Amino acid sequence: MISLTIDGREVSVFEGTSVLEAARILEIDIPTLCHDPRLKPFGGCRLCIVEIRGMARPVTACTTPAIGGMVVTTTSERLYRLRRTIIELLLSDHPNDCMVCARAGDCTLQEQAYFYKLRLNRFTGEMRDHDRVDANPFIKREMNKCILCGLCVRVCDEVQGVNAIDFAFRGFNARVTPPFEKDLDCEFCGQCVAVCPTGALTGKVWAGEARQKDVKMTDTVCSYCGCGCNITLHTVRDRVVRITSRPDTHNRGWLCAKGRFGYEFINHPDRLKTPLIRRKKGGNLEPAAWEDAFDLIAGQFTRIKEESGPDALGGLASARCTNEENYVFQKFFRAVIGTNNIDHCARY
Amino acid sequence: MPKGVTVNVCMGTGGIAGGADEVLAAFREELSRNSVEGRVLEKCAVHQVGCRGFCARDVLVDITIDDERTTYQYIRPDMVKRLVSEHIIGGEPVADWMVSDEYHRFHDLQKKIVLADCGTIDPEDIEAYIDAGGYRAITEVLESRTPAEVIDEVRRSGLRGRGGAGFPTGQKWELCAANEADRRYIICNADEGDPGAFMDRSVIEGNPHSVIEGMLIGAYAVGSDSGYVYIRAEYPLAVDRLRLALDQARAKGFLGPDILNSGFSFDIKIKLGAGAFVCGEETALIASIEGERGMPRAKPPYPADKGLWGKPTIINNVETWANLPPIINNGADWYAGIGSEKSKGTKVFALTGKIRNTGLIEVPMGISLRDIIFDIGGGIEGGRLLKAVQTGGPSGGCIPQQHIDLAMDYDNLLAVGSMMGSGGMVVLDESDCMVNIARFFLEFTQAESCGKCTPCRLGTKRLLEILTRITEGEGRKGDIELLEDLAGDVRDTSLCGLGMSAPNPVLSTIRYFRHEYEAHIHDKHCPAKVCRKLLTFFIREDLCVGCGMCRKACPTGAADGKPKAPHHIDTSSCVKCGACYDVCKFKAVLKE
Repeated sequence: MISLTIDGREVSVFEGTSVLEAARILEIDIPTLCHDPRLKPFGGCRLCIVEIRGMARPVTACTTPAIGGMVVTTTSERLYRLRRTIIELLLSDHPNDCMVCARAGDCTLQEQAYFYKLRLNRFTGEMRDHDRVDANPFIKREMNKCILCGLCVRVCDEVQGVNAIDFAFRGFNARVTPPFEKDLDCEFCGQCVAVCPTGALTGKVWAGEARQKDVKMTDTVCSYCGCGCNITLHTVRDRVVRITSRPDTHNRGWLCAKGRFGYEFINHPDRLKTPLIRRKKGGNLEPAAWEDAFDLIAGQFTRIKEESGPDALGGLASARCTNEENYVFQKFFRAVIGTNNIDHCARY
Repeated sequence: MPKGVTVNVCMGTGGIAGGADEVLAAFREELSRNSVEGRVLEKCAVHQVGCRGFCARDVLVDITIDDERTTYQYIRPDMVKRLVSEHIIGGEPVADWMVSDEYHRFHDLQKKIVLADCGTIDPEDIEAYIDAGGYRAITEVLESRTPAEVIDEVRRSGLRGRGGAGFPTGQKWELCAANEADRRYIICNADEGDPGAFMDRSVIEGNPHSVIEGMLIGAYAVGSDSGYVYIRAEYPLAVDRLRLALDQARAKGFLGPDILNSGFSFDIKIKLGAGAFVCGEETALIASIEGERGMPRAKPPYPADKGLWGKPTIINNVETWANLPPIINNGADWYAGIGSEKSKGTKVFALTGKIRNTGLIEVPMGISLRDIIFDIGGGIEGGRLLKAVQTGGPSGGCIPQQHIDLAMDYDNLLAVGSMMGSGGMVVLDESDCMVNIARFFLEFTQAESCGKCTPCRLGTKRLLEILTRITEGEGRKGDIELLEDLAGDVRDTSLCGLGMSAPNPVLSTIRYFRHEYEAHIHDKHCPAKVCRKLLTFFIREDLCVGCGMCRKACPTGAADGKPKAPHHIDTSSCVKCGACYDVCKFKAVLKE
């Protein structure tokens, strides 16, 4: 353990801890745009600059390792001015679009602009114009809003291992893009959407559905597979409009394409909400109570087993069930029905 | 040098551009023809040599007969016949074509350590380097010195990094060697990218083995078995000569396993840069070698602790490496005796701009700008007045004429708002507009910014936009203060050296030439008459003979008049392209 002083308060941390992490232990707020504790530090946005005694220029807290005896200042007139200039520069090349942006109220850049009271900008000039529409089915890319924090690039590389996007071009023309500026063609896990601090990356399915302040958030578990990722349903008037996941869950906030974008079935008119029973041969399927359905299933199972033996029955389980559910399922077939005819897409 | 006749033709890039290939071929042909005819020329050897610095006089040729050397300038292939018949066969040097006194003055004030053998030895022949004392330093080091002794020698020499920042080389090596690691790397930074700079290129083209030997010394000192030379692909001649030199060094046993039976192994790979200026920044260069996009990484950790592939890495510039064999050969005390108090040895500069003798010079640290410009450089072209000297390329600043007696070393240059940089030196005279100079360098840095960090990506763009509007007569009250504020913030917050130093041209020109900015903004006037949009073109009737050249050159019909009668320019349709000014043979077109 080493100990250092931040804003006059001492803190002990493990070697290898960054100054930013050490400050967060003390609950000292240092603004960041390109930092995510789940990813390697980048040092690109420069917002987390701090002053360290003995160093001539400010350094980024996210990339600077804490050293024993370090004396750090996180707030000063000079740092305030420098951070304000950085936000001002970012806004000088950012569409003034908050009134129609899906991320309004949930946007780190907007929050910083509010904090630094940036209404008029000293810098006006050319703005990027990436008007190319990406035809991929899931992820809406409005690259005029991109601040090049690199979070999407890093999550795609470090977490997903896909490397579908990277930086291209130089200087003012630098941008994040799939190879050769083609349409995005990846796993569509949407990890990039989850980490984007602005409205540059959003889900196409939830575009224009609801402003963040109107949604009700409900934590639940994804029903797609046995992994059981924790998700948060964003609903407006009992309609699901978006799915996210919290960074403090066991899945660390990461989801797959189905979990993140495949929620339209929930409110779909074709969705089955009760069991259906065909009561007459050739007749229609009719809604029924669960009790009637279970009675029917149990009766038919018993009949078939008696008439043709247990091996006339077989069970197909699903990867969408949990381990426990699948265990119970095979137990039921082996012990109750008495057959080994059970299978599953991942095999027992 | 053996007795007999030797012809040396300068075959640096400057020489080749001047036609040195043809001159060399002409000598070979002319000599063999005379030899066939039974003349006494069997002993005559024709060599190509690397750049000797005086590019303004290319093609330069030395003819040496019995140690008596005569240097000729501006040699073309058709002049070779007379040189051979009169000088080599007849024994009478051709006085008309010999270099003038200026050539000697150009060389007299210089002190050549790095460039000592450039321009005298054949860079494509390892024997020439060995004959000139090459590979003696590494042989001695391997035979009789410990790595710690080598580092100590380098530390005591006072050598500082020649890439621009001037970090003490010995200290860097010490830090690297002190790290626990299973592997260490050596890198030679040959990604020279400053506009108008050609120091590293000339060293590699003229004496590639000196760089290899320097790297060998460094590798032995810190315990590395693997090195890289990161060199721009835009330097094809340097790449070819380096590749050849590496092959020859391997064949001679100076590279590879168990060098000179010492048990020490080291080899060097070449990595070609793909044309990104920022890859000259050490962490971006390392990322590029690793196959990543060339974007700088935050320091600390420094490369000496965690560099290439996460291992301790020494990265030094070409000129730094080339300084090492002479330091080992002559000792740290000898080296520390050259230069100023805190900057030891010599520095190579690429002297360009409004100066008579452009070229490559090597001078002791601490020499005054006055000596460089007026003695070595031969003064300003056309008798105009010196205005400023720009050093350090896009990262440096402009040193005004009043600091002409400044002793050139790392610390003095920083004190006046510029920097040593890798050694570009552009001389500016009264016909240069300082706002426009700042704009030029910002145009370069903003285009070469990698885009990773906000202040560099957007700050340099906004600086450029403000400078552009000032040069176009759209400057606003408060622009100078805005430039100062933004430039300071970009300098203080950028991630790497590119962004940190990009504002230097703006800050230093405002510091010394604020009145020029004010004239542009408030009076809409460019004192140097450079910024076209602020100029008015007109014709002096008493000088105009009505030749009609301006009328023909004018793209908009603004310059008009009857033949043989004075012409005039209609200012409302004039687009200020300057075509009339350029074509007028009577100096009747004026700009104000």
